[in-house]
Amino acid sequence: MRFLMYSLDKADATSAPPTPELLAELGAFTEEMKRTGVLLATGGLAPTGTRLRNAGGKVTVTDGPFTEAKELTGGFALIEAKSKDEAVEWGRRFRKIVGDGESIIQEVFGG
Amino acid sequence: MTASNTQGAIDAVWRIEAPRLIAGLTRIVRDVGLAEDLAQDALVAALEQWPESGVPDNPGAWLMATAKHRAIDRLRRNERLARKHEDLGRGLLAEQRIAAAGSEGVDTDNGGTDLLRLLFLACHPVLSSEARVALTLRLLGGLTTEEIARAFLVAEPTVAQRIVRAKRTLAEARVPFEVPAGDALAARLSSVLEVIYLIFNEGYSATTGDEWMRPGLCEDALRLGRMLAELSPREPEVHGLAALMEIQASRLRARVGPSGEPILLLDQDRSRWDHLLIRRGLAALERAETLGGALGPYALQAAIAACHARARAPAETDWPRMAALYDALAQLAPSPVVELNRAVAVGMAFGPAAGLELVDALRADPSLKTYHLLPSVRGDLLAKLGRSDEARAEFEHAASLTQNARERELLLERAAACARGGAAKA
Repeated sequence: MRFLMYSLDKADATSAPPTPELLAELGAFTEEMKRTGVLLATGGLAPTGTRLRNAGGKVTVTDGPFTEAKELTGGFALIEAKSKDEAVEWGRRFRKIVGDGESIIQEVFGG
Repeated sequence: MTASNTQGAIDAVWRIEAPRLIAGLTRIVRDVGLAEDLAQDALVAALEQWPESGVPDNPGAWLMATAKHRAIDRLRRNERLARKHEDLGRGLLAEQRIAAAGSEGVDTDNGGTDLLRLLFLACHPVLSSEARVALTLRLLGGLTTEEIARAFLVAEPTVAQRIVRAKRTLAEARVPFEVPAGDALAARLSSVLEVIYLIFNEGYSATTGDEWMRPGLCEDALRLGRMLAELSPREPEVHGLAALMEIQASRLRARVGPSGEPILLLDQDRSRWDHLLIRRGLAALERAETLGGALGPYALQAAIAACHARARAPAETDWPRMAALYDALAQLAPSPVVELNRAVAVGMAFGPAAGLELVDALRADPSLKTYHLLPSVRGDLLAKLGRSDEARAEFEHAASLTQNARERELLLERAAACARGGAAKA
């Protein structure tokens, strides 16, 4: 089963840049996921995105940040796990490392 | 957290932690059977305590610490039973070793070295290939005996027996817990690769049962292959096998039709191929190639698979390259099946007459006597050459040999098309 993991945050809640210690810990965690054979792809994300919206056939394009909404932050990981429980366990470990905040795990179909 | 939540969380922790837990414990107690028992003891303790206390912050370290306590308990109990001076001395040493191992902290598996040692142990040639497969899935894949039994459609006690006997055999043969070095490495590594590929193949085209494929086993094998590629990054064939499995797995969805019927490679809807896995496969193949030396059998098969993966349509396939790769494979690992595949590639690259010449050379081979793909390939080449009567006879013969109803239908259709006189394509 394939899962996408990502974090959500308020765009204005930009905290301090990650410390070298945090980066090292995250690096070790990524290595661990690779060594277990679960990590398919991972990447970092720019701090804000661009929003595209279709209203009545007219597509509007707006650059972030979007202060009213939560945005995808940090990065994402695409993992292949045996079960949702396993994906959640990896997510739990990730959150323990990065601290306060919110992550979402969703199963990926097809692709 | 509800009880069923905790149960799921414990299962997940076990799946992740069991391999390195058992690996770390095997290094300490020097007996894989005992190590697995200790790991199981720790799991039982987790099942008792975690629903109350919650899953600890570092579940791997918790399981390791618990297993070590059990190890010391067992040692002391055994000493009380034995009470021999000699055993006492040995027991104290073992106890010190376990205690010393306690100070190593979170890194239970020695940076992956123990995991690699465990893989070599589980795939040791002293074991039968069935035992290697079962032990590898159990110790490295984190599968339960029941899951292994279900995957291979055998009774659970049979698998349990296989695993018990395998562990006994390893103990009796005093197989050391190490990554083999020097000349021994190549042979032992090829056994590891073979076991992983066996698991993959059983998932890719099941030899038994009603299902044509069992993708769960492919996933288990891929996971093992990816793990091995991280643990042993200097070995080209490790990446070759990973590449081969990634690329083959990329077609899993496209290989089967709506009612479960197999779809052959050239007939597959390529937009359904998994391009993430193809990309991973091509990257792994590139690693195998850049590590240098001539490509081994797995990397060659991966390179052949990559010829298909790179072609957006069957007509874009680089058949001359494929023929050359089969040529190299036939020299490295000669087999009639490889030769038959080479004939197909040669036929596509250089015309049906050249292919037919190679196929005809195989007709006397006793191992292909009941192999339906031989007359099927021959029929195809004959049809392309306009020799319809001979082609029809070959397709009919192939139809009588295949065990698969859908394939039989297809072959009989082609035979009928030949009878109508056209060099028809199926």
